[in-house]
Amino acid sequence: EGGVLQVSAALKEGQVTPTQLCQRCLALIRSTKFLNAYITVAEETALKQAEESEKRYRRGQPLGVLDGIPISVKDNFNTAGIETTCASNMLKGYISPYNATVVQKLLDQGAVLLGKTNLDEFAMGSGSTDGVFGPVRNPWSYSRQYKEKSASKSHSEDEESNWVITGGSSGGSAAAVSSFTCFAALGSDTGGSTRNPAAHCGVVGLKPTYGLISRHGLIPLVNSMDVPGILTRCVDDAAVVLGLLAGHDPKDSTTIQDTFEPFELPDFTDVSKLTIGIPKEYHAPGLSGEILALWSKAADLFKNAGAKVIEVSLPHTRYSIVCYHVLCTAEVASNMARFDGLEYGHRSDMNESTESMYAATRREGFNDVVRGRILSGNYFLLKQNYENYFIKAQKVRRLIASDFVKVFRSGVDILLTPTTLSDAVPYMEFIKEDNRTRSTQDDILTQAANMAGVPAISVPAALSERGLPVGLQFIGRSLQEKQLLTVAKWFEKQVKFPMIQLEEVKRLDHDILQHQKSASFS
Amino acid sequence: LASWVPVVGLEIHAQISSNSKLFSGSQVQFAAPPNSLVSFFDASLPGTLPVLNRRCVEAAVMTGLALNCSINKKSLFDRKHYFYADLPAGYQITQQRVPIAVNGSLSYSLCIDNKMSQMVTKTVRIKQIQLEQDSGKSLHDDTRSQTLVDLNRAGVGLMEVVMEPDLCCGEEAAAAIRELQLILQTLGSSQAVMAEGQLRVDANVSVHHPGDPYGVRTEVKNINSIRFLAKAVDYEIQRQIEELENGGTILNETRAFDSRLGCTVPMRDKEGKQDYRFIPEPNLPPLILYDAKSLPANMNHQQVVNIDWIRERLPDLPSVKRAKLVEQYEILPEHSFTLLNEEGLTEFFENVVKQTQMKPRKVIGWILNDLLSYLKQHSLTVKESPVSSFLLADLLNLLEKKEISAAAAKQVLAELWKGEGKTPLEIVKEKKLELIQDQKELEQICQLVIDGHENEVIMMALR
Repeated sequence: EGGVLQVSAALKEGQVTPTQLCQRCLALIRSTKFLNAYITVAEETALKQAEESEKRYRRGQPLGVLDGIPISVKDNFNTAGIETTCASNMLKGYISPYNATVVQKLLDQGAVLLGKTNLDEFAMGSGSTDGVFGPVRNPWSYSRQYKEKSASKSHSEDEESNWVITGGSSGGSAAAVSSFTCFAALGSDTGGSTRNPAAHCGVVGLKPTYGLISRHGLIPLVNSMDVPGILTRCVDDAAVVLGLLAGHDPKDSTTIQDTFEPFELPDFTDVSKLTIGIPKEYHAPGLSGEILALWSKAADLFKNAGAKVIEVSLPHTRYSIVCYHVLCTAEVASNMARFDGLEYGHRSDMNESTESMYAATRREGFNDVVRGRILSGNYFLLKQNYENYFIKAQKVRRLIASDFVKVFRSGVDILLTPTTLSDAVPYMEFIKEDNRTRSTQDDILTQAANMAGVPAISVPAALSERGLPVGLQFIGRSLQEKQLLTVAKWFEKQVKFPMIQLEEVKRLDHDILQHQKSASFS
Repeated sequence: LASWVPVVGLEIHAQISSNSKLFSGSQVQFAAPPNSLVSFFDASLPGTLPVLNRRCVEAAVMTGLALNCSINKKSLFDRKHYFYADLPAGYQITQQRVPIAVNGSLSYSLCIDNKMSQMVTKTVRIKQIQLEQDSGKSLHDDTRSQTLVDLNRAGVGLMEVVMEPDLCCGEEAAAAIRELQLILQTLGSSQAVMAEGQLRVDANVSVHHPGDPYGVRTEVKNINSIRFLAKAVDYEIQRQIEELENGGTILNETRAFDSRLGCTVPMRDKEGKQDYRFIPEPNLPPLILYDAKSLPANMNHQQVVNIDWIRERLPDLPSVKRAKLVEQYEILPEHSFTLLNEEGLTEFFENVVKQTQMKPRKVIGWILNDLLSYLKQHSLTVKESPVSSFLLADLLNLLEKKEISAAAAKQVLAELWKGEGKTPLEIVKEKKLELIQDQKELEQICQLVIDGHENEVIMMALR
């Protein structure tokens, strides 16, 4: 249950082998199958990678700190030889011939790729409930902490129907990290898709500065806002993974040219030199009283440590959702145009004409959410609408980005905000509203950072009344990940967020212990 | 009948001569096996991203400079959307908002009459040059109700050259395109061979009465040679005039040139007006070009495209080459046009000049009147000429030394043309074509003729 650095040390010392680690994670994936966090489990290749790693450790030549560490990857990243579906019928069975740059980097470091995690179809959604492989269940639904709190509710309710969502769209990755089936996972973040599920699943979710990490091989949602996201159990781990992934990629022309210097985070930080900004607009309608109180408590934490904590304003925040809606759907309409059934992916049997084949393929391959966004996007891009919608939205985007610039220029170092409006809602409640409504509500606290391209991180803060995780968000200056993560780590240390108590994990550890005991007797 | 003013505007797509495609590393090659030059990006595999090819940018800058354009130091890329089998991504990456070069001009020459004795220089304005992707090829197999798609060409770099509607007829169009072709070939930015699809021309044609606003225009496509371009334009002008004079109207449509019938026909309707839903290409930052003034001191010159650097290295353009030929060899301007118009002819001419004492302005006659007409008659290129520059020079030397007459030289040339490997001297000896210089011998021959025609001599003496 340790972090990457601890396990890495254990591997180096021989306390555990990469194969043991891999097998443990695979066993846990099997016993937590009901979470539906994984779409594809690459058991054979993972064990092979573990074997190779083991050889390196025996020679005393590990590739780096990630060598032998099991990781998982959201199923919208290309993985050569392993199915990449984006949780869509359009790409069911699609085996990509190449690795995304970030996947390649992890493999080059010796990481063990366990499998591809579940998501909302094509990353469109905030619940990880709208993919063709079904919804992801939040591991905390099965935690002792949650069960204890919900025991006081009606017993007649089946535990089955009580489970809560992970948030989205990187819910599978968040659940995988949260349930200990891997040590780190890749997600993606376009409007909050890494931070939102991180907050709901009690893990760390980092959205790096736009252009810092390569998007080559990440199947795009909104090219101008997408970033690969990092999900880990602690802030130090996020820094480690960031250090291995960041940097210019000639295959991605939107990556920053400057060389990136990986960094280690200090164990002790003096926050009294910092100015923490509390943006008043993030006191959004629908923000639960609980989270409001937590946010306030966090502000006090910094104040008591000597930091300057001031209220600031990001006046255009309230326009970010509608602005995002226009720009996102416009880019989606464009990005999805390539799915015509000709070169790859699903192709309809309809063959009366090319056009009818296209129409049937796209109707069969995409779910309602995707089709809805394509239609909206095309509408906004029509010649007669372009000026009023797309251009206008671009201008508003500029204003939103300027809000951040102004605030950071005025002496604020880091912004502190909630990540979500409430803790995770039960699935049955979540699906009462449609995807668009949910996204509109849930993205409000995370979306603006994508508009502006600034880095942001969600750190688990406390458990809610219902025994579910609540995270708080830190937003930093462009390319100042070191400062951002330093502050996040300090906060993490202060709050001492509890570890999830999962029956399945306990059982597995017990079994392993028994096995070891019996082994020592034979 | 009231007079009509035809208005012709040309849109040219020139395939950039480069090793790899505009946004990906796959090779550019004509007639390769289908789908053998297709990268992941060309096939639009999800998650792939465009990376701009430096050579293509340089080609566009060179072409812009040669056409007297302003080069935009900042230009942008856009996506143009439509669904078609040969467009894998469902959109083409082009430059719609701010292209790489604007506001240029192209000078070309026409002969006033057919005899090439008087040439006049005209200019057509260049609206813009933009970089964009070529599409793949789709072949419709109607018998099997299927479409075959070859993506080898998908993503190859194109320069779209848009001309203002300053032309008025097929002849002007042909001359302008010929000159553009020569310029591109001289620069090396495009091989511009129309038959291989490296140079494609669409013509926008309309007619109106003098003083009236411009008429409705049609777009004529599927023009595969310069000769057909002239025909297509002239046919369309005529068609529109006849239509309007008969009280009809011109539809704003796209028509294809049918080279067999020599006419334009309406093309299969592409659903009327298309809305291409342009958006900026989000995966490509603005293209920034530098010149000597704006280039930052510490910039690695491998990393940037410097307009001035390219300008300094431009080769002599055709107009300059022609002027130099006229000056150096004292030939006529019309001659220089013909020399440049025929691939390899200038080189041939200069090689002959080097190897003979005959004055260039006499040599040119043999090149243009004799050699070239033989080549044309037999549909041969200069490269395929059975008579090499060495042989021709040899022959011209015999003529220059007065060892044979001009008439005899023509006979020898006809023999040489058979390509039997004989030298001019051998042919002269064989056919006894030597000029007789000996006075006595000539007198003897004359005396023989006079002796053999007594009556005629008397008739002549009586007159």
